[in-house]
Amino acid sequence: MQPQRYWREIPQRYRLEAGRCKRCGKVFMPVRGICDSCRSTEFEPVRLADRGKVHTYTAIRVPPAGFVAQTPYVLAVVELEDGVRLTMQVADCGPDEVRVGLPVRVEFRKINEVGKSGVICYGYKAVPA
Amino acid sequence: MREVAVIGVGMSKWGELWHQPLRDLACEAVLKALAQTKVDKVESIHVGCMTGGLFAGQEHLASVVADYLGFAGVPASRSESACASGGVAFKAAYAEVAAGICDVALVVGMEKMTDVGGDEATYALGTAADQEYECYNGATFPGLYGMMAVRHMHEFGTTRRQLSQVAVKNHANGLLNPEAQYHAKITFDEVESSALVADPLRLLDCSPITDGAAALVLCPLSTASKLGKKAGVKVLGLGHATDTIALHSRKDLCRLAAVETAAARAYKMAGVGPKDISLAEVHDCFTIAEIMVTEALGFAELGEGGKLVASGATAMGGRIPVNTSGGLKSKGHPVGATGVAQLVELVTQLRGEAGARQVKKPRVGLAQNMGGTGGSSIVSILGVA
Amino acid sequence: MVGICGYGAYIPRTRIKVEEIAKVWGTDAGSYKRGLMLEEKSVPSPDQDTITMSVEAARKAVRRAGIDPALIGAVYVGSESHPYAVKPSGTVLAEALGSTPECHTSDFEFACKAGTEAMFVASQLVKAGSVRYAMGVGADTSQGAPGDALEYSAASGAAAYLFSAEKERVVAELLDTYAYMTDTPDFWRREHMFYPRHGGRFTGEQAYFRHILAASKGMMAKAKLKPADFAYVVFHQPNGKFPLRAGKMLGFTDKQIGTGWLVNKLGNTYSGASPLGLTAVLDEAGAGDLILVVSFGSGAGSDGFVFRATKRLKSVQGLAERTRDMLDHNKRYVDYGTYLKYRKMIIMNE
Repeated sequence: MQPQRYWREIPQRYRLEAGRCKRCGKVFMPVRGICDSCRSTEFEPVRLADRGKVHTYTAIRVPPAGFVAQTPYVLAVVELEDGVRLTMQVADCGPDEVRVGLPVRVEFRKINEVGKSGVICYGYKAVPA
Repeated sequence: MREVAVIGVGMSKWGELWHQPLRDLACEAVLKALAQTKVDKVESIHVGCMTGGLFAGQEHLASVVADYLGFAGVPASRSESACASGGVAFKAAYAEVAAGICDVALVVGMEKMTDVGGDEATYALGTAADQEYECYNGATFPGLYGMMAVRHMHEFGTTRRQLSQVAVKNHANGLLNPEAQYHAKITFDEVESSALVADPLRLLDCSPITDGAAALVLCPLSTASKLGKKAGVKVLGLGHATDTIALHSRKDLCRLAAVETAAARAYKMAGVGPKDISLAEVHDCFTIAEIMVTEALGFAELGEGGKLVASGATAMGGRIPVNTSGGLKSKGHPVGATGVAQLVELVTQLRGEAGARQVKKPRVGLAQNMGGTGGSSIVSILGVA
Repeated sequence: MVGICGYGAYIPRTRIKVEEIAKVWGTDAGSYKRGLMLEEKSVPSPDQDTITMSVEAARKAVRRAGIDPALIGAVYVGSESHPYAVKPSGTVLAEALGSTPECHTSDFEFACKAGTEAMFVASQLVKAGSVRYAMGVGADTSQGAPGDALEYSAASGAAAYLFSAEKERVVAELLDTYAYMTDTPDFWRREHMFYPRHGGRFTGEQAYFRHILAASKGMMAKAKLKPADFAYVVFHQPNGKFPLRAGKMLGFTDKQIGTGWLVNKLGNTYSGASPLGLTAVLDEAGAGDLILVVSFGSGAGSDGFVFRATKRLKSVQGLAERTRDMLDHNKRYVDYGTYLKYRKMIIMNE
């Protein structure tokens, strides 16, 4: 991954910065240009909750390039306390320990590294709360 | 709008075609399709391919295909909608013929998937998901469908055995299809003891990596008997829809809204309903997908797809046979070719040429092709002309 | 008044026991456990490094301080395991906290003393009135060569301190500081080398004890305090024995040392070691308690700090997870093979 592609997502990945539609209040992660509920184009920044629960999950046993060292890893759709759902790994949690409804909190983790010499990519993961 | 007929269908050999480069893939399928017609020249070419770039380093595929078919000069374009690329290419060709823009159109679906390693293939397929908010975090397609399966099991009590039933059924069907990639009867035990790929999905819950192509020749129904050599099959209905790119953006992870919408549009256009369908080819990229798709198509109520397959209703000889070709599971899944190959199966069945797997006197066939986790879907309904 | 207005710790959940390492090298686990007074150590997951742990510790510090992170004017990270050779850890931390762009940021390196260096500079900037709030973090994913004695102790963790001159916010007033440095090559890692080297027994008397003792005495003399005045004392803790022995030599009791003595279950978190001892003390201390902190970094030197807990401390202790809770709960033990995988010590294909 080239650094610019990683860099432009930093507010979302480091601080869970999302966008809330100024008209209808719907929250988008990441922020987008048009609200799909009310067609408004005005958004205000909002920080997502850092706690939630597992809505659904899997355990990845056959990883894409760059994720081998972490395999197997638990991947989940997490429903945060503000109702926003996001796909993230559940770290410090074995495939046999995860379940629908598991309370989690969000931690700052390393997501991937671009080889031995590339940029280190950070972001959010859930951990059992 | 003119009514449109399919007068020629063909499939290349499907499998791990080590000798065959991307550029040659289309040829075998197209020659077979043209051989079923009296046509030797087409007016338009529509190619469906997900990512020739990532799988084989080749884009600009419409021109590549036209050139290697000896049709350089003919207008050609390429449609991309991930694994629904083939279905979307068919729609583009259909629209041209229906609108009178051309009188003979060729549809080619193709994918060359074995020129990359396993993790590169996982990456390439992953580009059909939300790259920055799913794949960045380690999502894979088996993983995304695994999460759909977990939720479906959680909400509706869908069972491991019901997932297995899809694989067992489709491999049984594939055994009867000489063109299928895998000719192997598989048992419940084999499915349930195969390697975990993304819980709860195991290797035999997943469609394979396949090289292959499929082709269709389309013309107005009015000229079908003149240009075709075989019994006419016409397009009754077509529906196409999209949904959010990321699975997590959906209100309900157990529903495939794009499939529901595409089906509703296709049923309406064709003037038929789920009960009128003689057979269906659906996008069983993973076993859970077939269960969810049969619900979205109205073959079962929401949450009842597992019970539907367990009841045998979708097996050969059942109320509504699903994936008589063997489906993506057994026939293979060269992603861009799949949507076209589904229509090849429908035409073959509607003509009564399906041999050992022939459904008894089918009148109406439905094909459902899907991109990503259901971010796009196209439903086509064909009938005996 | 200048002092700590927020503090936070982070200890990874993964642990490896001394027995698991000893088994591989055919050594006697019992003698290591007795000799080092060490039972197990923390291990970072493959997705944890100095930066990720710093962020987690620093977020706890901000939560306890209850301040707007945009007002943090300086962010310093001390570590000998910065993930990048060139590119600061501090910018990631500052960005994750929401302290950018009006924020001075720097990375420190001084073996195990880099964390207190960051605290030293952060506190002095606040004292000088240059910035309103300043963050100093000590964090490490420590390296020890396989088969070396350090492999049993080299651990991972982070502690973060937010300094302020706003009297009503301070939970531990910084009364005084002291520093004692010499050039002593007791432990080092050359550029591009994966593992550090050390001088064996030379690291003891001439390095650790000489600097810890001199800095402790110098600090107390400067602050006009004696051992009995302190409720708590925290020394750098490369193993269980050294800080206890140093304490005894200086006239401290085991009780004064015990609260901040984490090493038997944590291992040596290098730049995080004495800062984590202090977070454990701040989790317990009450108003008026005097705390002595003396770090040690190979190369070599010690930083001394004297803090006095304020009334406010009790009200912030429960606002984030306590150090001992992280140390004692939710542990995930790994075998040596998994440890190697986590520490990237298995040769992989690119």
